[in-house]
Amino acid sequence: MTQPLVQIRGLKKSFGTLRVLDGVDLDVAKGEAVCVIGPSGSGKTTLLRCINLLEPYDDGSIRVDGVEVGYDDNRKRRSERALAPIRADIGMVFQLFNLFPHLSALENVMLGLTKVRGISKAEAKDRATQWLTRVGLADKLQNLPSQLSGGQQQRVGIARAVAMEPKVLLLDEITSALDPELVGEVLQVVQGLARDGMTMIVVTHEMTFARDVGSRIVFMDEGRVIVEGASREVLANAASNERLKTFLARIEMKH
Amino acid sequence: MAYHFNFNFVWRYADKLYWGLVLSLEIALVSILIGMVIGLALALAYTGGGRLTKTAVSAYVEFIRNVPLLLLVYLVFYGIPSAGGFAYDAKTSFVATLAIYSGAYLVEVFRAGLDAIPKGLVDAGKAIGLTPWQRFLYVRAPMMFRIVLPSLSNVYVSLFKDTSLAYVIAVPELTYGANWIKTNTFRVIEVWLVVWPMYLVTCYALIYGLRILERRFSLVRR
Amino acid sequence: MIQFLINTLPFLWQGLLVTLAVSGLVVASSLVSGVLFGVGLVYGRWWIAWPIRVYSDILRGTPLIVLIFLIIYGLPLVGIDFGNYASAVIALAAFKTAHVAEIARGAIQSIHFGQTDAGKAIGLTFRQRLQYVIMPQAVRRFLPPWINAVADAVKGSALVSLAGIVDLTLATQQVIGRTYDPLPMYLLAAAMYFAINYSLSMASRRLESRFAYVRE
Repeated sequence: MTQPLVQIRGLKKSFGTLRVLDGVDLDVAKGEAVCVIGPSGSGKTTLLRCINLLEPYDDGSIRVDGVEVGYDDNRKRRSERALAPIRADIGMVFQLFNLFPHLSALENVMLGLTKVRGISKAEAKDRATQWLTRVGLADKLQNLPSQLSGGQQQRVGIARAVAMEPKVLLLDEITSALDPELVGEVLQVVQGLARDGMTMIVVTHEMTFARDVGSRIVFMDEGRVIVEGASREVLANAASNERLKTFLARIEMKH
Repeated sequence: MAYHFNFNFVWRYADKLYWGLVLSLEIALVSILIGMVIGLALALAYTGGGRLTKTAVSAYVEFIRNVPLLLLVYLVFYGIPSAGGFAYDAKTSFVATLAIYSGAYLVEVFRAGLDAIPKGLVDAGKAIGLTPWQRFLYVRAPMMFRIVLPSLSNVYVSLFKDTSLAYVIAVPELTYGANWIKTNTFRVIEVWLVVWPMYLVTCYALIYGLRILERRFSLVRR
Repeated sequence: MIQFLINTLPFLWQGLLVTLAVSGLVVASSLVSGVLFGVGLVYGRWWIAWPIRVYSDILRGTPLIVLIFLIIYGLPLVGIDFGNYASAVIALAAFKTAHVAEIARGAIQSIHFGQTDAGKAIGLTFRQRLQYVIMPQAVRRFLPPWINAVADAVKGSALVSLAGIVDLTLATQQVIGRTYDPLPMYLLAAAMYFAINYSLSMASRRLESRFAYVRE
């Protein structure tokens, strides 16, 4: 078996006295879409934020394409400067979009291309236009985020991340801040990316999505991975694990 | 050629500094009290008034806020009596200046405070049959004062610092005391090295004390 | 009357120029140092942020006139003597730096942390995040209070007259010393200060509407 693209071993993270991640192990192969589910406070968002070191981790290891994210070869914490190129290869889409409000949709996507990748303005514009067209926003290139709906903003957020051609894409509850009728358009875009073989780690509450798009489901609780397996199997055998069963029942009730 | 510090002269005249500080605090207090009356009256006039009232209040606020305090001090102490043919002592003049000055800032503070009262509260007052005056007294005023209290503290602290300008018309507050000792003993830097911490400590003592007061009146109890 | 105006107006004009020069120097230098200090307050490690915090709190707790005297009389003691003019400008600039630092700190902190996250996520370095993400947004929050601070600097510059520098305020007083008719001259000076500061607050309002890229 080839080495997994993302390899997480014994990951631990505390906020003060609160242990949020308590020894997480996870492998994600190239081209896989892994859905991470679990109750709030289970550590799934923190796990995601550790992978591109928006949160530093205390112990354990995260390797993306063989490179330890948080520490250099001497186990010294990487500087911000050293982190930047690593982060550029790890895309992230946020729950609250976090678009740059002073930049148009096009400029939001172009910023990383020109300043981080060093691509010329003209080429960056072409690429950004392509991606925005792909997510269905060809007619909104010049709009500021404040002139876009939540669903449109999130699609810009996705375009901004994938335009960097990251090795892996992290999606952090990207539909939970959206009105229900706008969820579909965003999930469709993600579905398309998954089909094209984009490696993804998706934190989500959308169970149908987890079942249909995710090749694998990871259920987390209290900072640990409790259940892990092929999506359909995990959901079909949910009854065998008490915590997963309770969690799924609670999710069902909300919908 | 090192300078030889000598604080003896400063200590000999310490009472000038002490009473100067007391007078500074007193001037700031009297000024802000009068300023509050001016500010509140004009804020109410502005909120409920017609176009002419609004223009007049704005003119007062804009004029005072855009002219140096030092110039206002001169204007009130030297300028106005020269035209009116009447006189008042320096302290009265300075308190009046500072009151007019703080009034202009407090109009804005009170106006913002009145605006910040939720409309539903006034409606609730109407619903239980309070008259307009009662609504002001029991609903709007208590709410407003809690909202503006932090700003009032800020204005008081900055007025206290502004009292240092009174020395230019020989009001015997702290900076005047410092200047007096300076001219009479020539221990220039020593005086300022004593007076500076006096201002500093008083400022932060005031800020700290007023915070406690604000918390006492806060609508959120913890 | 006309003779009087011919005699005094050039004198007042000189004073006005000094006032504008002092204010300009103070505003320009405090803009640079204040923004640097503000960035230091927000992003600096403790050994950067802490001294700036102490500096800012001490200066903001000191009456401006006391600060001016401290610097005019204090600097020569440590062997530095710039003269009254430079010392007064330094005092005003040091004071203004503390205020600008607080304004910059507030402006930067008003930007949601998600913006920093998003900047990091696409691989921007700290400097790039400041330059392309944080600062362009913070400018909008920074400008209105900063222009107020500029107006304060113009007003504060009147205190240099107490150090014997012939600015608009001292020029006015010197004219009065010859004419013994204070009220009209003081009103004239007030009108001049008012004209400068009122145009500043007008400019501030116009800028605010120009930066309204977020519908709020």
